[in-house]
Amino acid sequence: MTSNSASAQPLLRAEDLAISFGAIKAADGVDFALQRNEFVAIIGPNGAGKTTFLNLVTGYLKPHRGNVWLDGRPITRMAPRRISRQGIARAFQIPQLFTDHSLIDNLMLAIAAREGIWQGLTPLNRRAYRDEAMEVLELLGLAADAETMTGTLPEGLRKLADITLAFALNPKLLVLDEPTSGVSSIERFRIMETLMNAMRRRGLSALFVEHDMEVVQKYADRVVVWNAGHVMAEGTPAEVMSNPEVLESVVGVV
Amino acid sequence: MRKPIPLLVAALALLLLVPVAFPHLKFVITLAVAKGFAALGVALLLRGGLISLGHAMYFAIGAYATAFLGSKAGVSDLVLLLVASTAVAALAGLVFGAFLVRYRAIFFAMLNLAVSMVIFALTSKLYGITGGTDGLRVAVPTVLGWAPGKAAFDGFLFYLCILLMVVLGWLVHRYLQSPLGHALSAIHTNEVRLEYLGVSAWQTLLTSYTISAALAGLGGALAAMSIGHVLPEFAFWTESGHLVLTAVLGGIGGVAGAFIGSVFLEILHTVAVGVAAEAWNLIIGLALICVIFFLPRGIYGLIEARRGSTKETGL
Ligand SMILES: Nc1ncnc2c1ncn2[C@@H]1O[C@H](COP(=O)(O)OP(=O)(O)OP(=O)(O)O)[C@@H](O)[C@H]1O
Ligand SMILES: [Mg+2]
Repeated sequence: MTSNSASAQPLLRAEDLAISFGAIKAADGVDFALQRNEFVAIIGPNGAGKTTFLNLVTGYLKPHRGNVWLDGRPITRMAPRRISRQGIARAFQIPQLFTDHSLIDNLMLAIAAREGIWQGLTPLNRRAYRDEAMEVLELLGLAADAETMTGTLPEGLRKLADITLAFALNPKLLVLDEPTSGVSSIERFRIMETLMNAMRRRGLSALFVEHDMEVVQKYADRVVVWNAGHVMAEGTPAEVMSNPEVLESVVGVV
Repeated sequence: MRKPIPLLVAALALLLLVPVAFPHLKFVITLAVAKGFAALGVALLLRGGLISLGHAMYFAIGAYATAFLGSKAGVSDLVLLLVASTAVAALAGLVFGAFLVRYRAIFFAMLNLAVSMVIFALTSKLYGITGGTDGLRVAVPTVLGWAPGKAAFDGFLFYLCILLMVVLGWLVHRYLQSPLGHALSAIHTNEVRLEYLGVSAWQTLLTSYTISAALAGLGGALAAMSIGHVLPEFAFWTESGHLVLTAVLGGIGGVAGAFIGSVFLEILHTVAVGVAAEAWNLIIGLALICVIFFLPRGIYGLIEARRGSTKETGL
């Protein structure tokens, strides 16, 4: 945990966020803060509103009520592309890839987007981008699949590919929606280990939704527990795991 | 992803011999290349997953701009006419596109069709400006001070079309290889991810829409000079349909596809009409069915497939 979390401006702050779909209150007055360099895990049962919260924070959904700030600047109601340029990158629960492009082309496109997509007639496929893309792929053990069309990758690899696209944007905050679902439990730790280490090295912050409590315990500085569209509890992994209410609502579905 | 360059060069060499070897095909090929520019415009949008059923309007706008500038504004220089007509079509594309590229799928297709029908109606009804259903005559332009006769100009225009096809085709190819070009095809597969990478799908599509309108406009201007006359039918929806057909038939995989498709269709047309008037639609229908079922990547895909197989063994 960061030592000056009380005084410092949070990197991400949400206040009283609310949205409903018909009768379902998917976010029901959510207050949330994430400090610089902090790794926060979100846990909670299926349908608790975890993905909805990420959708609200990254601009995919507009809240009916409430506000979001990044680095003290309001980002409420901004389009995803603007929020992305402000420094939040997202990996999706269901991988979102350019399925007709090879994996390395996907990644080079992400790098080009980061550098500004308007580059005249200079080809996307260039040495600097290719080298950087290969570095990211090697980091996550995907180098062998660099030339594969992402549409034909197996589910587990698609998930990782999706993470590399967010990672390549070099964001201030990386948002991951169940990064290790669909990945074997041995692979799970190797992936999280490389990912989290790389992020610490770059001084990034992370917000990740995760069902696997072992992963949460190992990599989260703080855990926020979601239930029925609001934050039900929060604390260190140890604190949360010893909370009987949390055990009852969450562990049943893990 | 490299182009089958030797085959394309061979095809190009064959084209260059047309005026000598098959003089009666010269006009056909000139017109085919002119329409090829418009088909290339349609193919660009197809890459982004959008089908325009109204692109003949930009072809018509380019053609009418040439006719109007020549007959009413007294512009006779070929370069000036081509540049101005292309610019007018590009501007129209930018203005209409700003609104149209917000739509997808059937809505985009139908809205383009709707706008093109308005353009068609205007060209038919605004008699004072467009000559109504009679259209406008296009005088033979001058070329940097040289005032050729019709026959000499036709010969010149043929080679100019081929030159423009190569130069602009290469530029469009470069555009498709650039980050913005890749972003265009990325819209087709995952617009959400593209936006999450910080790229505006609207800007990406509007750029490509404007380029596609400019290409169609240039094609229209070249066609106007070649035919010597422009008519409202240039903007009619069947012409737009023909452009989509050409793009699909040729294959949208590469820039060359649009021109291959267009030359193929124009030559087929000439031959078919010689046999029987009804044969044309029959042949086109059958050709299209064959392409859709057996050559999903178009005629151009046939050429590329040879490389595809070597690439597979290489991996
Ligand atoms: N776009 C939408 N339209 C209608 N209902 C929605 C929409 N998005 C989410 N919901 C509903 O909101 C509730 C919260 O969904 P959400 O996807 O945020 O849950 P979650 O915590 O991510 O669940 P999971 O663990 O299954 O991913 C669910 O009841 C869901 O059906
Ligand atoms: Mg979810």
